[in-house]
Amino acid sequence: MGEGIMRGTTKAMGALEILEAGLLTTVQDAGRCGWLRYGVPPSGPLDAVAFQAANTLVGNPPQAAGLEITWSGPTLRITRDALVAVCGADFELWAGRLPVPTWHSVALRAGQVLRFGARRSGARAYLAVDGGVALPPYLGSQATYLPGGFGGLEGRALRAGDRLPLSPGQRDPFAAAGKPWPASSRPPYSPHPTLRVILGPQAEAFTAEGLATFLNAAYTLTPASNRMGARLQGPAIAHAGAADIISDGVIAGCVQVPADGQPIILLADHQTTGGYPKIAAVLQADLPLVAQLLPGDQVRFQAVALPLSPRTC
Amino acid sequence: MTSYPRILPVGDTAFTVEFGAAIEERLVAQVQALDAELAAHPIPGVRETTPSYRALLVVYAPQHSPALTVRAALEQALARMGSAALPEKRRLEIPVHYGGSDGPDLEEVARSHGLTPAEVIARHTAPTYRVAMLGFAPGFAYLLGLDPRLATPRLATPRPHVPAGSIGIAGDQTGVYALDTPGGWRLIGRTSLALFDPARPEPFTLQAGDVVRFVEG
Repeated sequence: MGEGIMRGTTKAMGALEILEAGLLTTVQDAGRCGWLRYGVPPSGPLDAVAFQAANTLVGNPPQAAGLEITWSGPTLRITRDALVAVCGADFELWAGRLPVPTWHSVALRAGQVLRFGARRSGARAYLAVDGGVALPPYLGSQATYLPGGFGGLEGRALRAGDRLPLSPGQRDPFAAAGKPWPASSRPPYSPHPTLRVILGPQAEAFTAEGLATFLNAAYTLTPASNRMGARLQGPAIAHAGAADIISDGVIAGCVQVPADGQPIILLADHQTTGGYPKIAAVLQADLPLVAQLLPGDQVRFQAVALPLSPRTC
Repeated sequence: MTSYPRILPVGDTAFTVEFGAAIEERLVAQVQALDAELAAHPIPGVRETTPSYRALLVVYAPQHSPALTVRAALEQALARMGSAALPEKRRLEIPVHYGGSDGPDLEEVARSHGLTPAEVIARHTAPTYRVAMLGFAPGFAYLLGLDPRLATPRLATPRPHVPAGSIGIAGDQTGVYALDTPGGWRLIGRTSLALFDPARPEPFTLQAGDVVRFVEG
């Protein structure tokens, strides 16, 4: 009888087996909150909108742990009936031999294989499974922080042969399958987006020409970009004086400009303090557009004002 | 002239409150006073803060508290802060084994200043330091108060691996590595004190505001 209960429990919780890992697949949840003051970045998904959409489609709370998939996708087997969703970058997706759409809830039978095929656009996709990945949290979160070697599965990217435990999922995944995430609620991804920024806090560290360059030129994403920052290349932004400041706190979205005049948009794995002047910061709502850029894609920056006057409904 | 303190937006989810533009004990104390004030009287919607040498970063959730509200609350906190008593500083003694494989740069630091290694150790253990901020890597503590005679530039090429507990010098600062990371500071010693243990309720031993002394041993 005891064995029966054990088997029942295992079946209800299940696991995600990694058959092929893809280029860089990590476990992420909503990220760590409260550790910036200790030098620990938030981590979490670079495209929080796609991540939350995937979770919502499978009935999870928006912060449940899932996978961030970079450039090339994994092949996975699910050990229980499950509801899954893939949002963000557009991939060919196969449930067994059947093509299935991204931005939809999809039901899988126990033992079925989900395979990512060719990537059509974007850089990062998010896989949510009903119940969510259930690894032990580290500093309150399952988010993988590769530079620190912690979070997720052993602080590293997933490999073939890994097995991720899942929390119990939906009673009837098949009843909830086939729901789309409305196209109108997806971020306006583009290989050449205009990113809205609020200038500062160190806009005064740049010359008027430097600011004009930043706001008028196009900047190209370089292959040196990663989860710590999107490194851009374009016309050099001129500093008014020295290209360093007394180190202070930063957040994802801050645009740092080192001495070479080439801007870096900080992303979720950023160092928590920085000594380069920050010419501007990208609005939180536009960070998903940065997450989906590929090397060679071009961005422009548009200055907007912080809404500091009372809003009337 | 810029007048301080000043509150500047950092995108649409944070403000930085700047108290000046220098590395000075006075400014660090003001940053920490505001941090303590916000801990004692939290602003709704504020998620966390990052204290640094001369600024406090205040991160908020705009969907819970609009920018205008947070900014007004920060102004009130700044007005209150002057009269608030500073919290008692935690005082820690950090035992350090200087030199040898624990401090591979001790000899070089001594030579570059015309001192003996023993004199470097004496000058490093003499002052009390204040933790100005943690950053760069998880738990890395930047300490104020280094003897100016010990100021030494960073290594030209950072080491790919610096063991946790290492004590380093870079410019006029001294710092402590809590985790194994790459790093370019001149390493003069290492502590056996566990500066980070994820299993503890408070995983990091050091935090901004702590007063620290190094003792040889």
